[in-house]
Amino acid sequence: MPATSKATRESHARVFDLDVSSLRELNQALHNLAPGSNETAWEVLHPKGSHSVAVGVDQPVSIDVRGSVGYYCGGMNSGSAITVHGSAGPGVGENMMSGSITVKGDASQYAGATGKGGLLVIEGNASSRCGISMKGIDIVVHGNIGHMSAFMAQSGNLVVLGDAGDALGDSIYEARLFVRGKVDSLGADCIAKEMRPEHLELLQGLLDRAGITGVKPSEFKRYGSARTLYNFNIDNADAY
Amino acid sequence: MTYRNPPTTPRKSATFDDYTLSEIRRAAATGIYDIRGGGAKRKLPHFDDLLFLGASISRYPLEGYRERCDTSVVLGSRHAKKPIELKIPITIAGMSFGSLSGPAKEALGRGATLAGTSTTTGDGGMTEEERGHSKTLVYQYLPSRYGMNPRDLRRADAIEVVVGQGAKPGGGGMLLGQKISDRVAEMRTLPKGIDQRSASRHPDWTGPDDLEIKILELREITDWEKPIYVKVGGARPYYDTALAVKAGADVVVVDGMQGGTAATQEVFIENVGQPTLACIRPAVQALQDLGMHRKVQLIVSGGIRNGADVAKALALGVDAVSIGTAALVALGDNDPRWEAEYNELGTTSGAYDDWHEGRDPAGITTQDPELMKRVDPIAAGRRLANYLKVMTLEAQTIARACGKNSLHNLEPEDLVALTIEAAAMAGVPLAGTNWIPGKNTF
Repeated sequence: MPATSKATRESHARVFDLDVSSLRELNQALHNLAPGSNETAWEVLHPKGSHSVAVGVDQPVSIDVRGSVGYYCGGMNSGSAITVHGSAGPGVGENMMSGSITVKGDASQYAGATGKGGLLVIEGNASSRCGISMKGIDIVVHGNIGHMSAFMAQSGNLVVLGDAGDALGDSIYEARLFVRGKVDSLGADCIAKEMRPEHLELLQGLLDRAGITGVKPSEFKRYGSARTLYNFNIDNADAY
Repeated sequence: MTYRNPPTTPRKSATFDDYTLSEIRRAAATGIYDIRGGGAKRKLPHFDDLLFLGASISRYPLEGYRERCDTSVVLGSRHAKKPIELKIPITIAGMSFGSLSGPAKEALGRGATLAGTSTTTGDGGMTEEERGHSKTLVYQYLPSRYGMNPRDLRRADAIEVVVGQGAKPGGGGMLLGQKISDRVAEMRTLPKGIDQRSASRHPDWTGPDDLEIKILELREITDWEKPIYVKVGGARPYYDTALAVKAGADVVVVDGMQGGTAATQEVFIENVGQPTLACIRPAVQALQDLGMHRKVQLIVSGGIRNGADVAKALALGVDAVSIGTAALVALGDNDPRWEAEYNELGTTSGAYDDWHEGRDPAGITTQDPELMKRVDPIAAGRRLANYLKVMTLEAQTIARACGKNSLHNLEPEDLVALTIEAAAMAGVPLAGTNWIPGKNTF
């Protein structure tokens, strides 16, 4: 093992202190994990806003990051369960494939951008462009989200317990958006849609997976694509 | 006999020429801008406006068939643990599965591998056809991120972060409904049959400072093994090259306006961006000013057709060139054998550019199962390999005549320009003079 292993804090958790070890050592150690490794619990200390913490992990391990992170924490995650005990910079969970990422604090721009799968939970607020270009990921935000969220969102579910900023779901494809609070404005081709029983069931499942209790699916409104911009028509030109 | 006034010959306007008039009528009738494939078709200053001087009393040549003239190039030596080495300095540019058929992508892989060079994915993810048949495969990282995943990132040989392309600097990808087949739709996570208009900006970074952080992430995910290219359209080649280097690129790719696209607005292709010839010297200058020339490699594309173009680009300081349109022609694109079918589509071989409609008689720019059968990946791959080898031999012929034992030893001093424009753009003297416009007086 190339990385520095410090004394464990919890039972058998492998601890990486980024004051001592480099980011490169951390990510390399995570990538070196073989399938079935018994090093299933990892802890990262003193991230201090480092970028690219725990990116490209492809084993089902848990990673607790004790502090706030910079850009792209958990980028392209495939199967690991990452918890950021702080806030996350831009692009947390970008292009996630599977697994989960939970941010205890707030998230900056582009949370979950282009994510293909897995679950991203933001316990605070998320900034602008949350879920931009999402392609199958599920995102649950306890607080509010900023403007232009779910821009060109293709697939997956975005659940917001608070409010959404301007131009929600602009140029959206087939992603589903569920917002409990108010929406400042909808983007081009995004409309409010009927909440049918299958959507209530889907939403309950998402709330359950995110560990949210005391909130009912019926409190949300659903938004999605009007599908009027799927094929070009000159009379729609002023929609852009 | 009655007197008649001499007739006036009908005179057409140079400004409102037949093509322009037809476009006005077409726009009025259809209500949509013209979309087409390919690069700029207008006449532009190009490599044809440059000549090599060859050897003379003060320079002696190498023997054509006896003395070695090296053609290999290493890309990505700046930061990557596993730089790639190509036998020839001619690579295959990014073209998507979706815009091209599966057999066409396979043929590109086969041909490039036979010739010792790389192919590049496109705005549709990595296919087995291409990964399986390309020994060296460059995986594009595009704003759309269709099909992007860490597994493919790790099985690529290099990663190309696409900021822009020459046909449309500042524009995103476009793939119209006719070509969004089930397989294409699944790879792109899109509904079948929609008009896909990709984003023009990356979703999770903007500007050079973010790009540096994005490149760090890609390096961390791939354990610093893969060379990372940054591709830009020929917009501001000096600053774009300098900023890409600052952001940590191993290789900078600059694509001039003759570089092709699968589908974009005609008005965009013909009116945005700079000619390839105008992009090279500023990009090389940026590398030289940073002390990074030959450390960060420069690839230039857009209108490369033969070994002379390759040699001229290398003489101006480029490390490798990239071809797209020419590679498709080698596979069989626009072949006169399909003339009757081109005529049915209202065009003629050599002019067919409605690649977005998916009805390509040559079976290359289509997802139609019947049409794509017209490309035999083995035979078409062989043609591409032949063409790449001929280009290489041609470039070597010129280099030996200039006394160079490596294509990369060609230099601006070997060149003169036929026009003032080309002299100014290429920074070489106007033929018969020592005048480099903008650098000295006549």
